[in-house]
Order: sequence, then C-alpha cells, then structure tokens
Amino acid sequence: MSISGITRASRAHPGFVAALVHRLSGLALAIFLPLHFLTLGLALDETAFAGAISWSNQPLVKISESLLVAALAVHFAGGLRVLAIEFLGLTRAQSAWIACCFAFGAGIGILFLMRAF
Amino acid sequence: MTSSDRTLKVDIWRGNEKGEYQSFEVPERENQTVLDVVTYIQRHLDPALAYRFACRVGVCGSCTMTVNGRPRWTCRTHVSRVVKGGKLTIAPLTNLPVIRDLVTDMTPFFEKWRDARGRFVAGDGPKDELAPVQPESRERSAASAAIECINCGVCYSACDVVSWNDDYLGPAALNRAWAAYNDVRDGDRNGILKAVSQGAGCHTCHSHQSCTEHCPVSLNPTFSIAGLKRASLKAKLKGALK
Repeated sequence: MSISGITRASRAHPGFVAALVHRLSGLALAIFLPLHFLTLGLALDETAFAGAISWSNQPLVKISESLLVAALAVHFAGGLRVLAIEFLGLTRAQSAWIACCFAFGAGIGILFLMRAF
Repeated sequence: MTSSDRTLKVDIWRGNEKGEYQSFEVPERENQTVLDVVTYIQRHLDPALAYRFACRVGVCGSCTMTVNGRPRWTCRTHVSRVVKGGKLTIAPLTNLPVIRDLVTDMTPFFEKWRDARGRFVAGDGPKDELAPVQPESRERSAASAAIECINCGVCYSACDVVSWNDDYLGPAALNRAWAAYNDVRDGDRNGILKAVSQGAGCHTCHSHQSCTEHCPVSLNPTFSIAGLKRASLKAKLKGALK
C-alpha cells in the first residue's frame, strides 16, 4: 500500500481547479486547431468545402463549437490571470478572479451558441 | 477538558514508503488537537509509533503531518475542525522521504533552502554603524511579508510542482530567497537571483497557489516567487545574470 492515495484533498482549492481547467482547455484547443486548419484547407475545393459547411450546420457540431469557443475564452482569461499574478503581483482574492475567468468563458460560449442557432 | 464516551477512529500510517494504515480508537475530547490524538496513541496504545513534535504551540514547525489528505500543523489543528464522520486519517508529509510512520526526512527540504541561497551575505558596508533600512521602504515591506516562515514543510508537501519535479526548489526555499533578496544590506543580491533562476528554480512555479492555500501562518509564497520571477527577468534583460 502507498500513502499517496489520500493526498488529493490538498488539491481541492480554486487555484488547482483553475490550473486544471487551463490545461484541459489548452489541450482541447491544441487538438481542435489542426482540424480547423484542415477544414480551411478544403476551401480550395468548392464541393468539399460546401460539404464541410453543411456538416458543421448540425446541432451537435454547433454545440461542440460553442464548447470550443468557451474553452478558448476561459483559456484566454485564465492566461491573463496567470500573467497578472506573475507580472503585476496580483495574488490576493484569486477565488474571485478565477470565478470571473470561468464566467467570462461561459458567457462567451453562450453568446456563440445563441448566434449559432 | 471533559471526557466523553465517544471515540474517534484514527487511521495512522505505519512503515516507511511502503506500509499500511493501522486503526486506533481514541477517546474524543471537547478540546483536542490532532497532535493530542497522536500523542495519546503513542503514550497509551502503541509506544513504538514514531512522530515528531517540539513546541506544541505553532512556533517550531516540527509536527506537520497529512491529516485527512491535507498537510497541516497538527499542534494547532483542532480535531473538531477536520474530523469527518468521527474519522481521522493521519499520514506523514508527502513529497519527502518517509523515515518511519509519521516522521519524514527533511534533508531535501533544507538542502533546497541552502541551494536557493537564503542566507545573508555581508556586503562592504560600514562595520561600526547600523545599516539604514527604512521601515516603510518597498524592500523592507516585501521582506516583512515573507519573513515569518516556521520551516514546517506544509507548502513543500502541498506543492504540485515539487511532486512532479524532484529538483524544484519549492515554495519555502524560494520564499526565504525573496526575503533575503529584499534585505538591502545583503552584499550579493544578484547571487540570490542567479541561484533561484537556474535549473528548477522560481521559473518552474506554475502559480497553482497550493502553498499559499495551505500555509499555516498565512504567508504567500506565490507572491514571493512571482517577485523573484520579475526581479530575475529584469536582471537578465539588463545583462546582470551572467
């Protein structure tokens, strides 16, 4: 038996959750970007591009796109927060700043979803 | 203190890196710290239990352990504040080698204090006069904010980056280096920036703020490390870190 199994409780705080969301959203964007450029590359072939556009009109795809936009927004805001900690010395009241970053991400995602339908 | 018939179920880590939890029943008291619980077990149930303490009043920083998954100073942690369903799980600090039971080897922790050059280096100032340090100056305020560390190792145990990278200097050593850097009497302040900015030093910090979250004396090592990042970046751009 090892000790480490019970140590996770020390990670249950906003700073760790923010770091986790930042990494996961970054990973999602890194996976998505090549697909995005691939689709843009299809623009050279009119029929293939029209196919891609009609595929992207499906509701499930639109919802996925909104999640990606939310991921981009939360990653952007979270990155600014880390820069503010490191370059402006802003380390107090981080729970509030983290909540603002999440709210910004969710807000942008919802706005995109509203325009998509 | 008043006695009650109620008992706490306490699981305590026995062994070193490999081992297992051993369960004890300890009488529950109205006022009781986690250190009281461990001491009760050692005195009444199993004299072979190894743990470390000295002052019992939150000054020496020797009694830190992992309590229900979080690193804590056990002498100042009341059981009523951390107990879950009448149960406590007590383990040694993480991120440090375990000697036995609840005792960790603090050697890597203090070696990193040395490596981060947190000690004072005398300059060429006048030997017979007191060096003028204005209490309201930026440097003195920054040093004051970082100076009350009790070397307990809670931040080091809580740090995610230490758990990923054995070489990372860790929050306590870097916090000390920041206090030392802000001592305007120090004769080699650039030496501190060199020590903390090479290898797995201040720039390895991911600003998760676990250290700040768990520090028992409410220090803010993340702020100190951010200060070192800025100061070493400025020194690098000025060519002072060669």
